[in-house]
Amino acid sequence: MSPPVLQVEGLAVRMRTEGGVAEILDDVSLTVPRGGTVGVVGESGCGKSTLLRAILGILPKGGETPRGAILFEGRDILSDRAASARGRIGFVPQDPYLSLNPVFRAGDQILEIMRRHAPGSRADRKRRIVELFRAVQLPDPEAALRKYPHQFSGGQRQRLLIAAALACDPALLVADEPTTALDVTTQREILALLRRLVAERGLSLLFVTHDFGVLASVCAEVTVLYAGRVAERGPTRAVLDAPRHPYTRLLLACHPDRATDLLGIPGTVPAATAQPGGCRFHPRCPIIHSGCPVEPPPLVALPGGRAVACPWHEDAIPEALRA
Amino acid sequence: MARYILRRLLLALPALFGLVILTFVLSRVVPGDPAATLAGDAATPAQLAEIRAQYGLDRPILEQALIHVRQVLTGDFGRSVFSGRPVTEEIAQRLPATLELTFAALLLATLLGVPLGLLAAVNHNGPIDHLVRLLSVGGLAIASFWLAIMLQLVFSMDLDVLPLRGRVDVATGLPPRVTGLVLVDSLVAGRFDIFADACRHLLLPAVTLSLPGLATIARFTRSGVLETLQKDFVLYARAAGYGRVRLAAIYVLRNAVTMVVTQIGLLFGALISGAVAVEAIFDWPGLGTYAVQAILSSDYKALLAVTLVVGVVYAVVNVTVDVAQALIDPRVAEDAR
Repeated sequence: MSPPVLQVEGLAVRMRTEGGVAEILDDVSLTVPRGGTVGVVGESGCGKSTLLRAILGILPKGGETPRGAILFEGRDILSDRAASARGRIGFVPQDPYLSLNPVFRAGDQILEIMRRHAPGSRADRKRRIVELFRAVQLPDPEAALRKYPHQFSGGQRQRLLIAAALACDPALLVADEPTTALDVTTQREILALLRRLVAERGLSLLFVTHDFGVLASVCAEVTVLYAGRVAERGPTRAVLDAPRHPYTRLLLACHPDRATDLLGIPGTVPAATAQPGGCRFHPRCPIIHSGCPVEPPPLVALPGGRAVACPWHEDAIPEALRA
Repeated sequence: MARYILRRLLLALPALFGLVILTFVLSRVVPGDPAATLAGDAATPAQLAEIRAQYGLDRPILEQALIHVRQVLTGDFGRSVFSGRPVTEEIAQRLPATLELTFAALLLATLLGVPLGLLAAVNHNGPIDHLVRLLSVGGLAIASFWLAIMLQLVFSMDLDVLPLRGRVDVATGLPPRVTGLVLVDSLVAGRFDIFADACRHLLLPAVTLSLPGLATIARFTRSGVLETLQKDFVLYARAAGYGRVRLAAIYVLRNAVTMVVTQIGLLFGALISGAVAVEAIFDWPGLGTYAVQAILSSDYKALLAVTLVVGVVYAVVNVTVDVAQALIDPRVAEDAR
């Protein structure tokens, strides 16, 4: 078996903010196998974006040196900046409206990405971009090169950004909620396009979202983040059908497609500067025990390739909370 | 784009026409009787009336206005009440000197101000940033007449490396007149010695005049770059693998510069008025000194003409700025539709 494309090991990111030191990620591990599709879900503020920024090598300034390792094709891209995987990791951003520079032509923006990471002459690269535009079904690919971002619709811009992500022939595609800013029909088309491209080109995919419906349609595996730690992970189908961590269970119950009664989770995600001790979910947990560990509970492996960070994962959630 | 430029040009016309009317009205409202000035202290009422008739000052005001408009449109500003020579001729002789000076100052301000602002922004709160901020506050605070004299003292008197005043050495003389711009004419004539000499003469006045502009441009570039650096597309570009230097110097700067270009248009007004003091100190034979002389001698024809010419130059600069902006940011031309 070939080694995984991406391996995040014990990643911890802390930022100094005005409110104190923020623990944004703590001991996060994650593996994207070659050809695998892995989703990362969680509420806003759980550390999804920081995880992506760490992988893409654009963590904000002012942070402490992150601990842990991010191995891309076996090389640590977290500690060794020279081993940077830029170009080999294609990035599809969240907001197609804000992610393109309004004063540069679409073609030139993609050429700029290829400048340092793709072989061939300028003409070769242009040909490649046109091919990619065709692959992402952008209308009139030749003319699109010379158009400015505002001359495209939202869905077209996202196609353009997907083409840009593929420009340097990446091994891994990293997508940050790429459909949130789009309307529902366009969302479907973009997701279908991503699925097709991943399958056709044998790409690996790391997909960040807060939407379980989107997750289920794209990712074979899922990692659930809560307050900067991994709460649960496993094959998407299994986790969605039978969530084990109380957070995942409540989160799924919140999803309008699945909940019989729409529930909320009491309380809010803790501020990154004031993470609770022990299990980070305990202040909001419906099944909190006197026996809960004082240290953050470790991930416990379960059958079927699953893991969960809660010792009481087999307990039922009290009916009182389901009402 | 062609339509956009045409629109901008057409929009400048009413402004210029307004200027023609306004200058005429102002010239009749301000105290000071040009006929009296011209006739001298010992003039008799009969002499005054004769001069009034000669310059058309005795006609009804509306008729005078119409004559004024007609004269402006034909480029005939009449004769100076002071020198008796045609105003158009006098201005044509002096305008190039002022244009040369102001454009040199603008060029200096832009070529130094933009990189300084960019450097400051990418070193946000670092030593370079502090230095540039200090420089830009200083540049706006220092009075140009003081700076001019200091520069003269240091570079002309003490070090004796640059000429004190004038456009060229009297010994060298002016090149044959083609455009009136000495730098251009000397090159046309192939007289590189005159070109070098003219550059040396231009340096101190241009530096003096450019400083406030340089400060403004540096400040606006800095804040524009800082603002652009916060944008999502910059984060995306970094994630996508843009080179650091090209990201700042090309990708970010082009966005930031749209704001700076607007400032350059506005700056031009300040440069022209600043040129009055600078020209006086450096004995620069331009419009500024001419205007001062016209004011002091109530030479209203000359003043009208100077005001109009400056207005036209200002309008041309602003149309150029609009076009430059549309070239930098394609949305500008489309929004204007």
